[in-house]
Amino acid sequence: MIDVNKIREDFPILSTEVYGKRLVYVDNAATTQKPKQVMDAIQDLYSTSYSNVHRGVHFLSQKSTSLFEGARDRIASFINASSSKGIVFVKGATEAVNLVASSYLEPILSQGDAILISEMEHHSNLVPWQMVAEKKGAELRIIPLKENGDLDYDALPNLLDDSVKLVALTHMSNSLGTINQVEKVISSAHKLNIPVLLDGAQSIAHMAIDVQALDCDFFVFSGHKIYAPTGIGVLYAKSKILQGMQPYQGGGDMILNVSFEGTEYNDIPYRFEAGTPNVEGAVGLAAAIDYVSDLGLENIDQYERELTAYAYEKLTAIDGLRIIGDAPNRGSIISFVLEGIHPHDVGTIMDMEGVAVRTGHHCTQPVMDCYHIPATTRISLSFYNTAEEIDIIIAAIKKVKELMG
Amino acid sequence: MSELRELYQEVILDHNKRPRNFKELDPHSHHASGHNPLCGDKLELYLLVENDIIKDISFIGSGCAISTSSASLMTEFLKGKSLSTTKALFEHFHDLVTGTEISADQLEELGKLAIFAGVQEFPARVKCASLSWHTLMNALEAPEETAQTE
Ligand SMILES: Cc1ncc(COP(=O)(O)O)c(C=O)c1O
Repeated sequence: MIDVNKIREDFPILSTEVYGKRLVYVDNAATTQKPKQVMDAIQDLYSTSYSNVHRGVHFLSQKSTSLFEGARDRIASFINASSSKGIVFVKGATEAVNLVASSYLEPILSQGDAILISEMEHHSNLVPWQMVAEKKGAELRIIPLKENGDLDYDALPNLLDDSVKLVALTHMSNSLGTINQVEKVISSAHKLNIPVLLDGAQSIAHMAIDVQALDCDFFVFSGHKIYAPTGIGVLYAKSKILQGMQPYQGGGDMILNVSFEGTEYNDIPYRFEAGTPNVEGAVGLAAAIDYVSDLGLENIDQYERELTAYAYEKLTAIDGLRIIGDAPNRGSIISFVLEGIHPHDVGTIMDMEGVAVRTGHHCTQPVMDCYHIPATTRISLSFYNTAEEIDIIIAAIKKVKELMG
Repeated sequence: MSELRELYQEVILDHNKRPRNFKELDPHSHHASGHNPLCGDKLELYLLVENDIIKDISFIGSGCAISTSSASLMTEFLKGKSLSTTKALFEHFHDLVTGTEISADQLEELGKLAIFAGVQEFPARVKCASLSWHTLMNALEAPEETAQTE
């Protein structure tokens, strides 16, 4: 069970005021707020254990290294990776995608090959593939979006063939909330031995992830969307695949032996982690994972589903409000447009009511094009949001209509 | 709510609902596209300039209330003005919306456009108000270019 009042006490920022109004933070798909437990873990590291990792024999270096590697183990168990060797620390989902594009795909991609993505991808799971495709003369293929916000899975058989070298798909859409049937895509792709990358940036904080059950080859996410600091993220890859990949960047930590004649690269995952890593980020991420695990992903999922259903019911009762994307299986993200009122105006007016929503194309311009709209207003909920906040949001939307008349 | 009423005044709402000079201009001597990638506002601006005077000016596009009404009021205001006056007005308007101090005379010169002073309180919306003006400057300097707000 989620005790939302108790949970809210863990998030100091939630009790701040904006323009003299209580903050209603519903921009969780952009980034999440941080609980005290995460702040404490970082504070603790700095106060008692901080030093560089993997570099020294001294006490603090060993302590930092064990916290850093402990965080890696914690992440591995959280997503049920078979080994911590498959967990590469990166800046975020975007860097993870770029790493796979340049260290895995680029070396094996030839002219005439293809990369399959979907029409609902975030630009960060689109542009890196477009860049390698252009460089190598390969084709970027798109699984189309249907009117209801679901992918058109019937198109898959025609899109998947031997020329496809990788499928990259979002687990959950950040603009529509759709949770994709990734198992279906993975099993179709694997029949042709095509590896699949899942963009878990949106799913990671809302549902239990089991990379072995999913059988995805790559899974990427950002710490900041799961209540952890900015600047830390994870690339999970099957060890067998990671083993065969080219290094990403050169530098310290990714080497075993360096001479001017040549360099022997370190083992996985260190081969992909050049330079001093984000130790505090990793420690904060492990603390965030402990936090959501203590709440329980099933509880979180159930609470957020109920809250989303309540918001959905209230929103659809508003005249002239249209919800964009209505897939049967959706997460706690609702995008909408108000007839005759631009989302940018909606955002400004709601902001003055203390409500933090996101307006714009949400880095998914192809989705906006598909619906022939320039932008939407997006509400994205977390387990720390309440039904009372939904009521404030509804009142704010009514104020928008009144003001823009 | 008072800052919001300042921002969304009747005139602004009216020009948003019924933008003036909302059409393609044929023939025209200058044209530019404006785009604000952050919020997706897009507009096409057309000018017919003869002897350094703006004979006619129009726009089409889609955007928020601030950018649409700003474009509409701008076109209304600039018809018949000289290019040198227009450039001075651009500077004043820019100062007005960014909250840079302007003189009483300069404010007077902006006439009806002074209602955009409310934008000062909303830094995130300055680009909306100034998109049509940046596009105008681009059209005058280098016809057929896309203006981006910053
Ligand atoms: C679906 C999706 N993928 C990728 C990203 C990129 O995440 P980051 O900017 O943290 O790298 C986001 C974040 O907005 C997202 O929503």
